[in-house]
Amino acid sequence: MRESEVPQEGSRTLAGHRKAVYAVAENGKLRLVPSRGWEVEEIVTRQAVEDLERRAEQARARARAGQSSPLEYHMYRARMDLELLSQTTGLWRWRVRRHFRPAVFSRLPLALKQRYAAALGVSVEALGKAE
Amino acid sequence: MPEAFVHAHASHCESGVMSSLLRHQGPPMSEAMAFGLASALSFAYLPFIRINGLPLVSFRMPPRAIIKGLERSLGLSMRFETFRSPSDGMARLDALLDAGKLVGLQTSVFWLPYFPPDLRFHFNAHNLLVYGRERDEYLISDPVGETTVRCAREDLQKARFAKGVLAPKGLLYFVTKPPLAPDWARLGRRALARTARIMLAPLPLIGVRGMRLLARQIERLPLADGGERARLYIGNIVRMQEEIGTGGGGFRFLYASFLQELAEKTGYTILDGLAARLVEIGDRWREFALAAARMIRGRDALAPPVLAAQLRALAADEKLFFQNLHRAQRAWAL
Repeated sequence: MRESEVPQEGSRTLAGHRKAVYAVAENGKLRLVPSRGWEVEEIVTRQAVEDLERRAEQARARARAGQSSPLEYHMYRARMDLELLSQTTGLWRWRVRRHFRPAVFSRLPLALKQRYAAALGVSVEALGKAE
Repeated sequence: MPEAFVHAHASHCESGVMSSLLRHQGPPMSEAMAFGLASALSFAYLPFIRINGLPLVSFRMPPRAIIKGLERSLGLSMRFETFRSPSDGMARLDALLDAGKLVGLQTSVFWLPYFPPDLRFHFNAHNLLVYGRERDEYLISDPVGETTVRCAREDLQKARFAKGVLAPKGLLYFVTKPPLAPDWARLGRRALARTARIMLAPLPLIGVRGMRLLARQIERLPLADGGERARLYIGNIVRMQEEIGTGGGGFRFLYASFLQELAEKTGYTILDGLAARLVEIGDRWREFALAAARMIRGRDALAPPVLAAQLRALAADEKLFFQNLHRAQRAWAL
């Protein structure tokens, strides 16, 4: 890649930041060139983000329909999966999965709710609602 | 606060942190040099490590390889500390900063508020430097950022004590004994040998053979679900190659820059030709990424075998390249 070919496409995934890439300058030497982004990067990053957002949206719909607890929604909203939430809270996976059941979740002791809230970076009140 | 700390923009966090850390101790050390001397270039396809259900594909050595590699080859001493309790970890950081140390941290990108929202994934091996503190705000030199930033205590603590794969456990590190004046030719030659050995390793998941195995997996991606999973699978490869701070082309341009710099420092000009060849290979990787992205967006029909063929061609190119690198390294009379 030549320096003049370094993409400067203003990817929204970079939110105005510039990332460093290496490219060949006029004198034939490679050097660091700040880039405003490449559409290819934007496509694959948005793809990953949208996949997580879609999972969160589906979980929210399930929570609204009473098929799942808001915990599942908040897990995806924090870009986590069952494995990571279990590791972050130190709870076994089957326990976390059990807490996805609305009836079980509503009876959850405050201490456990606080643990989830801290792991997911939300308040305990917010954790109780899929909003 | 360490006086006259100079922030430098870098493409990759670990090589960026190490080059800034070393430069602060004295000897000049570019990011490319730090990356190359630590033999950080690689390829690995690790299907047993899954992130959001997708296999890990990596274009470099595992986290901490650069730090450890430079510690070994440059003869500097570093101290690494992890903590069971977050408050201990923060207190120790404060004490080191008060003593004027420049401190490296391992963090999770997800909890760093200054990162662009779309790039905040649960990746736990992000390295950054802390060069000072003003009350509850830390002064941070994040090598992938163009300028220094500030981060609130609470956020930094969360980022340092994130859980999951590669959990940092509050890891901090600093230099205890500055490096010796490097013998570029001797270190460079050894670093080239290591990288050639890894890329040509007779192991199915690593190096050139790992690329071929990945090509086979791509070819076999099921398309029955409308290609949803196949698109995520190839998107993940491209993310590892381009998006996550590789300097472009899966670190190939960065390594080419190292070869050029080594040629200049030692006068071993064969490396210049190899650097030019590696730039061409990096361009092929960019073409692969472009083709994949077009398929993900639906601009081109989703055709995994086409991508697999491109990846096989890359494997063939890199095989030849690293054989030549190996030969050049052996022929290098010191």
